Amino acid sequence: MSTDKHIVLNDVHKSFGPKSVLNGVNLEIGRRESVVVIGGSGTGKSVMLKCILGLLHPDSGSIKIGGTEVSGLRGRKLDEVLATMGMLFQGAALFDSLKVWENVAFGLIQGKKMDRAKARDIAFDKLAQVGLKADVGELSPAELSGGMQKRVGLARAIATDPEIIFFDEPTTGLDPIMGDVINDLIVHCVKATGATAVSITHDMASARKIADRIAMIYRGEIIWQGTAAEIDNSGNEYVDQFIHGRADGPIQMDILKA
Amino acid sequence: MNFLAVIGQVVLAAFTDVGRLAVFVQNAVRHCITPPIYPRLILQQMIRIGYNSLPVVGLTAFFTGGVLALQIYIGGSRFNAESLVSSIVALGITRELGPVLAGLMVAGRVSAAIAAEIGTMRVTEQIDALVTLATNPFKYLVAPRLIAAVITLPILVAIADTIGIMGGYIVGTKSLGFNSGVYIKNTVDFIEYQDVFSGLAKSAVFGFIIALMGCYHGYNSQGGAQGVGRATTNAVVSASILILASNYIMTSLLFNT
Ligand SMILES: Nc1ncnc2c1ncn2[C@@H]1O[C@H](COP(=O)(O)OP(=O)(O)OP(=O)(O)O)[C@@H](O)[C@H]1O
Ligand SMILES: [Mg+2]
Repeated sequence: MSTDKHIVLNDVHKSFGPKSVLNGVNLEIGRRESVVVIGGSGTGKSVMLKCILGLLHPDSGSIKIGGTEVSGLRGRKLDEVLATMGMLFQGAALFDSLKVWENVAFGLIQGKKMDRAKARDIAFDKLAQVGLKADVGELSPAELSGGMQKRVGLARAIATDPEIIFFDEPTTGLDPIMGDVINDLIVHCVKATGATAVSITHDMASARKIADRIAMIYRGEIIWQGTAAEIDNSGNEYVDQFIHGRADGPIQMDILKA
Repeated sequence: MNFLAVIGQVVLAAFTDVGRLAVFVQNAVRHCITPPIYPRLILQQMIRIGYNSLPVVGLTAFFTGGVLALQIYIGGSRFNAESLVSSIVALGITRELGPVLAGLMVAGRVSAAIAAEIGTMRVTEQIDALVTLATNPFKYLVAPRLIAAVITLPILVAIADTIGIMGGYIVGTKSLGFNSGVYIKNTVDFIEYQDVFSGLAKSAVFGFIIALMGCYHGYNSQGGAQGVGRATTNAVVSASILILASNYIMTSLLFNT
C-alpha cells in the first residue's frame, strides 16, 4: 500500500430538497487500498458513492480522483474518468434486455469500442473468474438467482480492468455462505487487478474480510476510521454499538423517535 | 393556505416542468444528430414500434375507412351527393384520420411501453449502471427510440392510409352499391400529392412526440413500481394530448390548402 492518495473527499455536502444527506464528508483513500464504509441504513452511503461516480452532483465540497477534481464534471470528461472505474450496484442493476455475457461485455463494447467477438471471450473469462459456468452467459439476467446476479454484476464491474472498483452492499440479501464466496471473490479480484476498492456494507463479517481500512458514516459524516484490526477497540461508542448490533446506545433509529 | 401562494406554486411547478422538458428535448435531439449512432438499436426499435403496431393500426384504419364511407353516404344522400363518398373517404383518411388515429393507437402502445421500460431501468439503477460503463443513456436509450419513431410512423401511416381507403372501398362496393371502377377512379382523380404528404409529415411529428413522451416520463420516473406506473400513464396521456394539439396547429398553420 502506497501513501499516494487515489480518492480524496473534502467536506462534501449533498441534500435532496430540505433533507440533507451528506453533511461534510471527509475521506482519503490510498492507491490500491481497500476501504470499507459501514453505517446504518439511510445514512448516505450509496449517495456518497454516487457523488464520487458523478451520478449525483454534490452541493459543495471537492472530490478528487488521482489529483483531478471530478465534482461537476459532465459529458466526455466524466466518461474519461468513469472509464477507469467499475461499480457493483446494490441491486446488481443488470440490463435485463441483454444476455448475461452481453452485460459483462458492455463496458468493453460500448465504452472501449472493442469488437464483439473479442469482448465476448473476455466476458466468458470474467464469468469463469467469478465461478459461473459458460452456459450461464447465454441466459437472461431474469433467469438468475440473486447470488448469481451479484456475481454477474461483479464480473461486469471488473471486466474493463478498472483502477477503482466500488461495491455497494455486495453481500446483502445473500445466504452467509454465498456472502462469503462473494467476499472471497472481491478480495481475489481486487488483488488480481491491483485496483483501489471502496465497499459499502452493514455486514461486519464482510467488512473484516475485505477491508484494509474501515470508515464509519453516521448522519452524513465520517465519524470514525481505522484499520480493520482497530475496530474492536475503537473507543467510539457509535462504532461499538454498530459492530455489536445493539438497539441501545447513542445511535437512535428513526423508528424509535417516531 | 394562502390562495395566491397556491396559484404561485402551481405556476412555478408548471414552468419547472416545461423547462425540464425543454432541456430534455435539447439533449435528446443533440444526441440524435451527433455520432455515434447505433443502427442496430434503431432497427430493433423500428421493429418494436412499427412492425408490432401493424395489426392494431391496420384494424383501426380498416374500420374507420368503412364507417366513414357509411356516414358520408348517409350525409351525402341528403344533398344528392352520394357520388362524393370515395373522394371524401380518401381525403379524410390521408389528411386527418390516418395520421391522427394511427398516432393515438401507437401512443397507447408505444409511449407506454417505452416509459415502462426506461422507468424500470431508472428505478432499478440500470441507467446509473449505463453511465458508469461510460455509455450515455441519451445516446443509447433515447436517441434510437426517437429516430426509429420518426422514421416508422410515416411508414405506418402510409399503410394505414391504404388500408383505410380499402375499407371504404369494400363498404362502398359491397354494401352501398357503388361500381368498383368508378369508385377507384374517383379516389385517384380527386386525391392530391399534397393530401398524402401533409398526413405523412404530421405523422413524423407524432412519432417524435410518442417516443419523446415515453422517454421523458420514463427517464424522470422515481419511487419504485408506483413511480413507473405513474410515468406510464403520464406518457400516454401527454402524448395523446400533444398529438391532438400539434395536429390542430400544424393543420391550421401549414397544411390549410
Ligand atoms: N434521488 C434521491 N432523491 C431523494 N432522496 C434520496 C435520493 N437518493 C437517496 N435519497 C435519500 O438519501 C438518504 C440516504 O440514502 P442512501 O441510499 O445513501 O442510503 P444508504 O446509506 O445507502 O442506505 P442502505 O444501507 O439502506 O442502502 C435516504 O434517506 C434517501 O431517502
Ligand atoms: Mg445503499
